[in-house]
Amino acid sequence: MLSISQEFVDAIYAHARADHPDEACGVIVGPAGTGIPTRHIPMRNAAMSPTFYEFDSIEMLKLYRDLDDRDEVLVVIYHSHTSTQAHPSRTDIAYASEPEAHYVLVSTREELAGANEFRSFRIVDGVATEEPVQIR
Amino acid sequence: MAVSTPEIDIRIPTILRTYTGGEKSVQASGSTLAEVVADLDRRFPGMGERLLEEGKLRRFINVYLNDEDVRFIGSLDALISSGDNLTILPAVAGGS
Repeated sequence: MLSISQEFVDAIYAHARADHPDEACGVIVGPAGTGIPTRHIPMRNAAMSPTFYEFDSIEMLKLYRDLDDRDEVLVVIYHSHTSTQAHPSRTDIAYASEPEAHYVLVSTREELAGANEFRSFRIVDGVATEEPVQIR
Repeated sequence: MAVSTPEIDIRIPTILRTYTGGEKSVQASGSTLAEVVADLDRRFPGMGERLLEEGKLRRFINVYLNDEDVRFIGSLDALISSGDNLTILPAVAGGS
């Protein structure tokens, strides 16, 4: 289960809506060993695409070094789907490489008419499993 | 005079630590990135396959020499000096 504050849910949605129609991506990190998301870091989508996202490689190196220095880990890795539902695509599953992270997807597709669709998954060894989300 | 090949520290991402017995950081030597990867694969069989595809760096594996993405400094031809460090990070990427 992912337990996350309303503040971070709103921040992810604000980022996704700001970048729409391109996919938005980022992380929420937290102290190692706690599983609690405490710091939101929006990342640049180097692909700048409505159908693909990729963290900018240099920004990503800085992020990982920063996490090491602060003894933090990636708790949530999120991205938006801008015309499909908030479910991991085959590509999302193929490239997922953080088995300890919660992969959060949000959708900003038009049919939702501004409603939120916020879902969380574990992606391990090529299998995505949805998990409950508790918003605090 | 013997020419010494630099041995450098390599930071291994979580997902590849199955190959290194759980080690976060390992050493390998070579004068170019290609040689380092070949040495890494000798020491930790299977690593080469995870980093290379048809003799090139895999598209969704980022390799950094010190603070630079190796794609901008010659990829597998990047020159290695003693004291350098290498960081391997799988790209965080996907698509709808």
